[in-house]
Amino acid sequence: MMEIIQPGMLTSVQDLGRPGHRRLGISPGGALNSLALSTANLLVGNTVHAAGLEITMGACEIRFTTDTRLALTGDDFDAHLDDKSILPYWSTPVRARQVLKLAPTGPHSVQGIRTYLAVAGGIAVANILGSRSTDLKAGFGGHEGRALRKGDRLPIGTPDKMMAGPAFGVRLPQWGVTGDHSKPVPLRVLPGPEFEQFTVASKNMLWQDKWRITPNSNRMGYRLAGPGLERQQHHDLLSHGVMPGVIQVPPSGQPIILMGDAQTTGGYPRIGVVIQADMWKLAQAPLNTQLQLQPCNLEQALHAWEEQQTCLDDIRQALAGLPHARQYPK
Amino acid sequence: MEWERALGIWAEDEMTQPQLHYLGDSALLCSLSAPATLPQQQRIWSIAEQAANWPEVSEAVPGMNNLTLILRRPVVEMDTVSRRVLDIWAHIDTDHIAGREIDIPVVYGGADGPDLDVVARHTGLSSTEIIQRHSSGEYIVYFVGFMPGFAYMGGLDPALATPRRDEPRLSIPAGSIGIGGEQTGIYSLASPGGWQLLGRTSLSLFDPACTPPTLLRPGDRVRFTVERTAK
Repeated sequence: MMEIIQPGMLTSVQDLGRPGHRRLGISPGGALNSLALSTANLLVGNTVHAAGLEITMGACEIRFTTDTRLALTGDDFDAHLDDKSILPYWSTPVRARQVLKLAPTGPHSVQGIRTYLAVAGGIAVANILGSRSTDLKAGFGGHEGRALRKGDRLPIGTPDKMMAGPAFGVRLPQWGVTGDHSKPVPLRVLPGPEFEQFTVASKNMLWQDKWRITPNSNRMGYRLAGPGLERQQHHDLLSHGVMPGVIQVPPSGQPIILMGDAQTTGGYPRIGVVIQADMWKLAQAPLNTQLQLQPCNLEQALHAWEEQQTCLDDIRQALAGLPHARQYPK
Repeated sequence: MEWERALGIWAEDEMTQPQLHYLGDSALLCSLSAPATLPQQQRIWSIAEQAANWPEVSEAVPGMNNLTLILRRPVVEMDTVSRRVLDIWAHIDTDHIAGREIDIPVVYGGADGPDLDVVARHTGLSSTEIIQRHSSGEYIVYFVGFMPGFAYMGGLDPALATPRRDEPRLSIPAGSIGIGGEQTGIYSLASPGGWQLLGRTSLSLFDPACTPPTLLRPGDRVRFTVERTAK
């Protein structure tokens, strides 16, 4: 079991999401930085599909009631297990009664905002519609369909394979600690189906201006602030399927990037779509980060995606070869 | 011959050919030209049903007069999937799309239908007539979206069309039935919303523990029945 002493601002159970039900209006959800959660899972001997915690802005405290193993990925919130410092992207054995503590973010921090915690065996909440992710909006999945609160107790699954031995780490993958968010974050974007309907000036501004992530942003979508974008003609669109990464432009002209918990259909023009390989950057970016949108093509998107998959495969293979990774006696 | 077949499709019925556009690196959007018609929408449901079984496709999401195919992996199979969509579009069999018939009992008016008077004022019809007209229509679920189990339905009597509220309510109970412009719909979950509320059903529209988890699916035909009229 894991017991939540302090949940922090927003901590929820997430896995890689709940695909397969969009036609019924059910969002895929899941960890916003799926690469970080996947890596954390691999580090503790899980498959990438195990459920972990997505912790927003640190300030989280968790007591373990059983021996296990943990890994933290994504951004670093000066984590400690009792009084011992825990580095991101390390796999660390945990003893029953130890307490994991993540510090809050500093007042003028430029660091990223999301940390992923994996434990050996995964968090064993019920699998609902193929996933253990919390759908915060619809109120189901995860732990009681909601963000975690003080006093919540989460079951830990029995691992197929227990990693023995002392702590070890992997070299930081590119989706690791993202560091300085005072500089604009580059995001590669494919033109959307309605891109050509925008005025020439708007199309230029999309690529040339900086776009700030406003505080009115959450797991459903990031609202951006920048110059107003305008279409040449203002006809309404019929409702259509949308997905994380789609950049919608509502009548205000201020774009919204849809995130994992976004609704399944929308009606605003889609000026562009962030490539899947860059979605992790948004997951980690704090509010008020400036984004620099960069045009890209399908070939570049594919290349970026393959690079990440190779990196995950490398980690998977390296861990499989560890001498102290052994099958758990059944 | 492959090229003959390809040409044949284009010549046969240009209107039914979708325009294809990639939506990011892992989805393909297939949209049809206006106006949206029931036969076009039936074609979309049929293709969605088939495409969901293709190995490259993870999900097929019908919209209004369009279909979005979410691919399992970015980019790799975009061309394959595009060709297959164009191949089957004109030939797909839509006869089996009859849709299920679903009756939804409604308590009209009272605390569950606080906007019956607003609709009466706007349309110039009496409450009784609004209820009579609303419950005598047959509605077709064009697609499901916005929230789990929320059905976008066609078939509202145009005389009942009423604009949404200026100020959306902060919370509307699940099962509430309302009118928003020219559409009618049922809130499948408690949520904020701006539709004019006529009544409420006690049926559950979304239950994640059920298979399938939603009461309504694309293609279903819906009737509202008067359970009673509240004061």
